[in-house]
Amino acid sequence: MPSTITEKILANASHKKEVSAGDFVVADVSYAMAHDSTAPLAIEGFSKIADKVFDNDRVIIVFDHFFPAPTVAGATLHQKSRKFVMDQNISGFFTNGVCHQILVEKFVSPGDVVVGADSHTCTEGALGAFTTGLGSTDIGGVMATGKCWFKVPESLKFNLTGKTKKGVYAKDVILSLVGDVGAAGALYKACEFTGDYVKDATVASRLTLCNMAIEMGGKNGVIEADQKTLDFLGGRVGKIFKSDKDAVYADTYEIDVGAVEPQVALPPVVDNVEPVSAVVGKPIDQAYLGTCTNGRLEDIEVATKILKGKKIAQNVRLLVTPASQDIYFAALKNGYLQALVDAGAAVCNPTCGPCVGRHGGVLGEGEVCLSTQNRNFTGRMGDPSAEIILASPATVAASALAGKIVDPRDYL
Amino acid sequence: MKVWKFGDDINTDVITPGRYTVTTDKKRLGEIAFIEYRPEFGKGVKEGDIIVAGNNFGCGSSREHSPVAIKAAGISAVIAKSFARIFFRNSINIGLPLFVSEDADKIDDGDEVEIDFKTGEISDKTKGIVLKVKPLPEFMQKIVDKGGLVEFLRSGGYDNV
Repeated sequence: MPSTITEKILANASHKKEVSAGDFVVADVSYAMAHDSTAPLAIEGFSKIADKVFDNDRVIIVFDHFFPAPTVAGATLHQKSRKFVMDQNISGFFTNGVCHQILVEKFVSPGDVVVGADSHTCTEGALGAFTTGLGSTDIGGVMATGKCWFKVPESLKFNLTGKTKKGVYAKDVILSLVGDVGAAGALYKACEFTGDYVKDATVASRLTLCNMAIEMGGKNGVIEADQKTLDFLGGRVGKIFKSDKDAVYADTYEIDVGAVEPQVALPPVVDNVEPVSAVVGKPIDQAYLGTCTNGRLEDIEVATKILKGKKIAQNVRLLVTPASQDIYFAALKNGYLQALVDAGAAVCNPTCGPCVGRHGGVLGEGEVCLSTQNRNFTGRMGDPSAEIILASPATVAASALAGKIVDPRDYL
Repeated sequence: MKVWKFGDDINTDVITPGRYTVTTDKKRLGEIAFIEYRPEFGKGVKEGDIIVAGNNFGCGSSREHSPVAIKAAGISAVIAKSFARIFFRNSINIGLPLFVSEDADKIDDGDEVEIDFKTGEISDKTKGIVLKVKPLPEFMQKIVDKGGLVEFLRSGGYDNV
């Protein structure tokens, strides 16, 4: 029977010849991840089920949502998770990167089934794996058993063709798509990205696409692994699955990326997407470059090109959080961080705290933040009256210079 | 039981803002449910009350704090036209009853609704109507019947399915 990549990976992991959308399967899990915000509840669930984790090399704990601890409450949760790491002899424990970037750089291979107690675990599917977000108790169950149940999702195919215009990036493409599909348009479904644009895209840009599958309600984002993926993975080979030509899709979207303009998502929901021209001139208080969506080297590079040798506007604070220590060091080596700091940026340690209002970059009453992150929900980054507007790294960098939202094409 | 009515796409930041969830204390989480979005909820919610919502309830983050907070606040069930999938799994795992009903639109804020948890029948006493409810898939019903994922896995779990 013709199958999608998602069906094939889930069939393989559940030791079945084939599975179809709607089937319930129990799959072997390659890696289970939790971060400082979700691990404590996962550990509570786990400890009621088992004494030992199923494999201490396959349980990953990352402190990234509030590290180093900004409050006593945060420090207390860190103590709890750290004790678990020590007691269970967890080899994959990190405090120097965003959990998804750590998984991408060090663990995930094509064909893997990866679950994380973070909704943006759909990101890692860009490497040709089935990766999805779960809650803490689910992850606790996987820590104990190494298995997880899934309803095999129907798939949506997003066939992205053409070439983006200058000043338009993967973030603009996915924002535009989220606007078209809607916040619940892909509910429970696999979001499979294909087409020439995806083939030509860097691994970093593919990660940006898959990262926002959840913002359409998607279960996983997935892109077939190719030579580019294998080059990125170094020695990690995995098992490459590809969708059959006549596989069944719930729907197919044909998108010409050449028609996409720089985009913004306006509060309070991610599918409230408009071309940047709709808000050009709106003053901003904070610009944020980073997160699991856009904290990679190519994102920092495009921002640096815009900001090098210039100064950000006095009314703006610019925060930069590289997505991992490897990216931080690469940006340091290339002189990007020096240039950004010279331009007035605060470069912070590789975490994702500001995006979720837990660590640094908190917004005051009525403030406006233009961010490369993936969510703009009310109250997410601070005061509920503050506005979060989502955009590409180029739009964020150019707007930081101008002190107001601008079209990045005027600054390239 | 009194209904608290919500719209579409109610996200986890609205239910439990991230700045308030640096805790696993269930009582505290119960106090912060909808703290900024609908402050009167925390003041007025009574044990057994019901949340009724539109599409995609619980979208956004994977944080289990959201269903935990709703349950700890005293809510006995959530009825919605559809749920975001992680929120749905989380609720089943922690024993917060959820019902998917196309008829959620017909219920208004403040209505008196009765749920027979044995038969699954839901009736709006204010409107005098019985709601159509979509049954859970058999696999998920087994987890619910055990009282959540922890008990399901403790009692044989995947060997029984």
